[in-house]
Amino acid sequence: MSWDIKGDRPVYAQLVEIIGQMIIKNIFPPDSKLPSVRDLAASAEVNPNTMQKALGELEGEGLISSIRTTGKYVTNNVELIAAYKRKLAVIELGRFIRKMKNLDYNLEEIKDLVDKEVNNGNSFRN
Amino acid sequence: METVLEIKNLKKSYGKKTALNIGDLEFEKGKIVGLLGPNGSGKTTFIKLVSGLLTADAGDIKVGGISIGVETKRIVSYLPDTNYLFDWMKTKDVIAFFKDFYKDFDEKLALSMLDKLGIDLKQSLKSMSKGTKEKVQLILVMSRRAKLYLLDEPIGGVDPAARDYILKTIISNYNEEAVVIIATHLIGDVENVLDDFIFIDDGKVVLSGSVDEIREEEGKSIDNLFREVFKC
Repeated sequence: MSWDIKGDRPVYAQLVEIIGQMIIKNIFPPDSKLPSVRDLAASAEVNPNTMQKALGELEGEGLISSIRTTGKYVTNNVELIAAYKRKLAVIELGRFIRKMKNLDYNLEEIKDLVDKEVNNGNSFRN
Repeated sequence: METVLEIKNLKKSYGKKTALNIGDLEFEKGKIVGLLGPNGSGKTTFIKLVSGLLTADAGDIKVGGISIGVETKRIVSYLPDTNYLFDWMKTKDVIAFFKDFYKDFDEKLALSMLDKLGIDLKQSLKSMSKGTKEKVQLILVMSRRAKLYLLDEPIGGVDPAARDYILKTIISNYNEEAVVIIATHLIGDVENVLDDFIFIDDGKVVLSGSVDEIREEEGKSIDNLFREVFKC
């Protein structure tokens, strides 16, 4: 995974997403120690204060916890990570459905289309 | 929050031409601030005034509560936009030079960074590429345990890999008690590294704020905002 920070949104919000995805994808596995704020910031080429703010938000979600003096750890609560994954998926799905509705598809038609395209082995299966 | 750099009604003219005329600015510790503006907008004049190389016509500059002078030079680490090292010097000479001049110079840190870059201490500066020279200069400046880092165009004219190295070096090495000011017109390259920005044009502050707040409010990057503000 790469740190692909776009210009049009706050950096911290994008960092929350990217690190969240890294946890979901097991790049930072449950119970593992995260690199220091400074190292994460350097690797993402972002401001350390901004990285701190993003990690703070993930702490608020319970995905990360700070253990005093030793650093930050990914939660060992795999259900919590699964729930977070689900939450992001539902948000993403909401965006997708809104876009499809703009193309004048109703929910039934969207489902049909997804089924059909998946069965056809179409381009988005990678 | 503790103010590291405090500026009050700063004025500087070269002959009849006003180079800089800015009101009050405060820089709090732990912040990386971009001083952004087109060529000739007054960025270098600002940096030189704060580093004490130029004297202001009016106004006051305080670093760590002390007015600019010999005392503040000890706590200000300055990277000029030109080559400030002598070409005949070898890397080890430059290290010795910094060690002599600056009490806060962390020789071990500088040596370890140079070693990681694979730079031979016996290599003379004139045999280095522009990018390598820029990196060596930045390593020296960031190896000081200063309160204020003034970096004038630290990524001017280097390739993208060197730019990445330079940004990473700044992020990894400034201390949280310090302020870093990066003066540049290459906004897209540095904006993710900044807490705050100041746009200056024609010697005046045009706009300033927090990078993430502007992105949130305007839905656009500082680079794009800059292009709008300075449209010709």
